[in-house]
Amino acid sequence: MSPFKSCLAASLLATLFVWLPVAEAANDEVVVYSARQEHLIKPLFDLYEEKTGTRIRYTTGDAGQLLQRIQGEGRRTRADLLLTVDAGNLWQAAERGLLKAVDSPALRERVPEHLRDPEDQWFGLSLRVRTMVYHPDRVEEGELGSYADLADERWEGRLCLRSSRKVYNQSLVAIMIEEKGEERSEEIVRSWVDNLATDPFSSDTQVMEAILAGQCDVGLVNSYYYGRLQAREPDLPLRLHWADQDGAGVHVNISGGGVTRHAGNPEGAQALLEWLSSEEAQRLFGSMNFEYPANPEVPPDPQVALWGEFRQNPVNVRHAGERQRQAVMLMDRAGYR
Amino acid sequence: MTWPGGSRWLKRPRLSAGPLVAWLIALPVLLPLLIVSASLFAAETEVWTHLRSHVLPEVIVNTLWLVAGVAVGTALIGTALAWLVAACDFPGQRFFSWALLLPMAVPAYVMAFVLIGQLEYAGPVQSWMRAVWGEDAGLPPIRSRLGVILALTLVLYPYVYLIARNAFATQGARALEVARSLGLRPAAGFFRVALPMARPWIIGGVMLAMMETLADFGTVAAFNYETFTTAIYKAWYDLQSIEAAMQLSSLLVVVVLVILVLEQLSRQRTRYTATGAGQARRFRLRGGKALAAVAFCMLVLTVAFLIPALQLLFWSVAHFDGLDARYLGLAGRSLSLSAMAAALAIMIALVLAYAVRRSPGLLAGLGARVATVGYAVPGPVLAVGLMLPLVWLSGVLQGGADWLLGEDRIIIALQGTLLGLVAAYIGRFLAVAYNPVNANLLRVSSTLDDAARGMGLGPLGVIARVHFPLVRGGLITGAILVFVDVMKEMPITLMLRPFGWETLALRIYEMTAEGQWERAALPALTLVLVGLVPVILLTRRLDDGGGQSASEKRRPANLESAHAA
Repeated sequence: MSPFKSCLAASLLATLFVWLPVAEAANDEVVVYSARQEHLIKPLFDLYEEKTGTRIRYTTGDAGQLLQRIQGEGRRTRADLLLTVDAGNLWQAAERGLLKAVDSPALRERVPEHLRDPEDQWFGLSLRVRTMVYHPDRVEEGELGSYADLADERWEGRLCLRSSRKVYNQSLVAIMIEEKGEERSEEIVRSWVDNLATDPFSSDTQVMEAILAGQCDVGLVNSYYYGRLQAREPDLPLRLHWADQDGAGVHVNISGGGVTRHAGNPEGAQALLEWLSSEEAQRLFGSMNFEYPANPEVPPDPQVALWGEFRQNPVNVRHAGERQRQAVMLMDRAGYR
Repeated sequence: MTWPGGSRWLKRPRLSAGPLVAWLIALPVLLPLLIVSASLFAAETEVWTHLRSHVLPEVIVNTLWLVAGVAVGTALIGTALAWLVAACDFPGQRFFSWALLLPMAVPAYVMAFVLIGQLEYAGPVQSWMRAVWGEDAGLPPIRSRLGVILALTLVLYPYVYLIARNAFATQGARALEVARSLGLRPAAGFFRVALPMARPWIIGGVMLAMMETLADFGTVAAFNYETFTTAIYKAWYDLQSIEAAMQLSSLLVVVVLVILVLEQLSRQRTRYTATGAGQARRFRLRGGKALAAVAFCMLVLTVAFLIPALQLLFWSVAHFDGLDARYLGLAGRSLSLSAMAAALAIMIALVLAYAVRRSPGLLAGLGARVATVGYAVPGPVLAVGLMLPLVWLSGVLQGGADWLLGEDRIIIALQGTLLGLVAAYIGRFLAVAYNPVNANLLRVSSTLDDAARGMGLGPLGVIARVHFPLVRGGLITGAILVFVDVMKEMPITLMLRPFGWETLALRIYEMTAEGQWERAALPALTLVLVGLVPVILLTRRLDDGGGQSASEKRRPANLESAHAA
């Protein structure tokens, strides 16, 4: 049977090679697990390394996987700092006990209260604003109001939305549930669905293209998608409307970070997190992706500033996480795909 | 030990290695299936109650429509084209006979985003229509049930085409001659003779298309069309409930089992009747009929291959700056991952084939059958089902490592490592490697072994100098097929990939999820080009004058050749 065994041995050997051993982290460096895309964090890390001499090692991935990974590694985790988009993910991380509280006056001072964890486990670093985009030829700005107004039947056949599978919409509805209760929110979402001009799109960019092409008149997008499109087409006729300015304020979500519970270098991680909230880093944050700096003292990018000022919904963004599952189920019930 | 049965009984433990190995190899498929099936009877959770009343009904209806639509679509298009090419003579017939296989190289999700990008309301086609005919001109919405069916039909019809063409070309030649001599018109000859004879084959091809449809993730995701696979993903990630994901998977497994049984039944009826020598005279099409035939073939080829390929080329050139270091990194990972999976799969396939060869009992054969059933199991099911055993195994190994090396010296987390990912790939694609290898090995008769041994070769010598040269072709074919399949694979990679690993397929998923079709074009074009390799291989082999050996005409070959997509 030796043909057999040699083949078996060969495949076993090959299997062993597949398994990569894990190296140990050194102490003069900070290891970052980031769900923010590489091209959005690398410039920041490069600058920080240059200024402080601290080495930053990072790896990027899907938020859900990052959490799973940190959880799987448990107290052996290599991650010192977790950076991720969407408050829901940060809330999840805290909920699963993956983060630890950071006692930092600097962070508390720079990051507004509704953009950070009440227990100081995570902090918002940039703002992502989900609001309305419309075509001024077909919509008067005065016609637009709150998210709930889009449920009005005068928008029938004029509304475009992105798929409910996207976490941005889940957060929006989660916060709405927090404010208005489940029943009222479901009515609103149901009416949105009735008003849709076409089935939900898979991206914010498609929503804007549909409005441009005349398929619908108004949609909900994150403002930085608008910024990207505007950067590509400077004559973009579409406009942004800051939603709910007479009510609670426009819905905001964050990208942010927190120090991991079992960080090998918690001081280094905290120092990096604090620097990320500083004016220097916040300016970079704002300039890279048309997002708004979380630190209200820091002005946004000039192109972004042209879109005007707005009032943010002051509800703490952690509710986006708390109620995410509820929101997903609600949207399923309401027929929002 | 003088009684005759004794020595045989004593030998038994040696022989039983075959079944053992076969079942060991079956583990990556068997474990997930068992674990997932067990949750069919799992407890009710809040998430499951929700899914059952608000998601499941739509998912079931959507899935049924999709599978039925693709089945009808591929059956009609595939059979019609196969008949034209195999039994008729018209200008370009030889060209079309291989060119119509080209759409196999286009991953379904690539077809999806090309279709959406072009035919969407805001896309170029409809914009042009509005510009020419006014605001009300337009097409029915592409992001609809019909759109998904169209996308999948266009890339899956070659399965039916390939198999039906073989059946038409080899099977009914004589019967058709007889029918003709009795004065049946071509149409009658088709419906009353050729079609009934080829029906089991066509059904076999349609079954393959149906299984691919059930397993599809990328296409339905691009269309925002919820089916079982996307619902599993949603339950796992959006609703954070792996239990609910497993419960959904268990339902899907039931559906798959039903189709597998049907497939098995249809296969049993696919017998090669005596083909006789030579080919039947082709029906010569003239005038309008010839034109119609050319137009039909050209239409399918254009829509299913030329337009997508040109569109990808166009977008890639416009966004050529995408070809940066990052892209090369992605391509490198895709390549190395695929190469690794292909090499392992082929080795394991070889071991399996030998195991079955050495112990021809039912037990080993059944093990091999289970080990290769993965081609019918959708990726998300395997991913969900492999997660728990991997976590468990990691815990055990960690315990061992801590004890052996001291606390926390190394970290073992097999979930989300290459090991888990590659195990899932092997579970899914082993059949693709096994069938050609086994088909070739079957050709090596045991008398050949004996002769070689008699000439003084050792067992390794037999393998190296007798088996290997004979099996080499099968090894290469199998490796290429697995390579391409892994390269295109999306859901397993998405759910089990090692931390920070991105591949070309995932890049496409990421970009299309953001509606950035142009930026998905370069990786997509790469996948299409790689996908052309097995298609070319396939056409070359088929063009060898139908020179398949008898053993390749056995059942596995049928699947193997059709699984090239």
